[in-house]
Amino acid sequence: MRLPLLALLAKEPAHGYELKSLLEQTFGQAYPSPNIGQIYVTLQRLERDGLVKSQDVIQTTRPNKRVYELTPAGREALAAWIEEPSEGPRVRDDFFVKLALSPLAGVTDQMALINRQRRHYLNLMRGLSKLASATDRDSRISLLLIEGAMLHLQADLDWLERCQEELM
Amino acid sequence: MIARAVPQPAPSADEMLLKIVGLSKVYKGGGPPVHAVRGVSLSLEPGQFVAVMGPSGSGKSSLLHMLGGLEPPTTGQIWFDGARVDGLSQARWAMLRRRNIGFVFQFFNLVSNMTVADNVELPALMSGATRRQAKERRIELLAELGLSDKASASPARLSGGEQQRVALARALANRPSLLLADEPTGNLDSLNSADVLRVLCRVHGQGQTIILVTHDARAASMADRVVNLFDGMIIDDMDVVTPIRPSVAAAGVLRLGE
Repeated sequence: MRLPLLALLAKEPAHGYELKSLLEQTFGQAYPSPNIGQIYVTLQRLERDGLVKSQDVIQTTRPNKRVYELTPAGREALAAWIEEPSEGPRVRDDFFVKLALSPLAGVTDQMALINRQRRHYLNLMRGLSKLASATDRDSRISLLLIEGAMLHLQADLDWLERCQEELM
Repeated sequence: MIARAVPQPAPSADEMLLKIVGLSKVYKGGGPPVHAVRGVSLSLEPGQFVAVMGPSGSGKSSLLHMLGGLEPPTTGQIWFDGARVDGLSQARWAMLRRRNIGFVFQFFNLVSNMTVADNVELPALMSGATRRQAKERRIELLAELGLSDKASASPARLSGGEQQRVALARALANRPSLLLADEPTGNLDSLNSADVLRVLCRVHGQGQTIILVTHDARAASMADRVVNLFDGMIIDDMDVVTPIRPSVAAAGVLRLGE
């Protein structure tokens, strides 16, 4: 979560709760709401590494809040991240390893293994469809994210079919 | 779970809309016979939405074609609404399709030199409705599928998704008790597919019984039930359920790094 937080801070300084709600606004329900503790821990680490700095803003009626802003090093790290191509998605290695090793583990019915996995994916797909139809049409980032998840799932299902054709 | 591959006793008049027992299809051409479907048994309640999935060559389309009477089974029985139909003549099948079974295909098969309105009215007129009845039904369907403003257009001027929705309207014109759909999103991009799927879901919500053959997992996941074919047999038959926390599903597929 380090780099997304740097990106959120690039426009203007913010405190932890603002960052949390910015993340929620951007990604919508497609991500579980980030844990505030996790955000603070990440901010502390970013500060330790010199990528952000913070200062306390005194509030009279409420406890002081700590506002974070990007340092020049933080800005550089962010630019480097934005510019470099990201890793491609990895195949579902946990399931694949399970499938490949299942005969050694005494599993005789690989078809049942594949069927269980397919059921799981189809139910996930159903959930994503519901999520998409419950998501505001204006939340384009959120909808794109859900569509991305659906396309990945479709690829996983196609690949499951290939495993079935090859192994059965 | 190997589901219902064993022949069951022939059904009597019961509440199943469709019941198939030990259905097989063998194609005999020049070479060795091809066993496309091997002993499939399946029952469908009225109002159910079933998706049929499986790799290419697993027998999905052969199965659907037999259910619609487009090709005869080699062995086995098909019961439709309590009556046995696998032995019907071509003419009787044609009548059954006109009245009771709607079909949509991957390539929309609209009549290109007729307007959208005429395409949708055609099945009603062919089965004896008056012009006025056909027109009323057409207006109702096009409104429902969001195509009212396209009534006088030529199908070629519509997007793929719109053409498929017209094909759906045509298939639904005679209020069929069963809608058979063969890869209806197979030739559409993501946005157009979503349009067609929304419409399928809507008609299902109104009680339409649907069998959908598809590779598209998004389409299949909208069904109540997914039947998986492999090598001409049913290898899995599942009820689709909505996960309790769908957002976890999205997060499980895509994650923020670190």
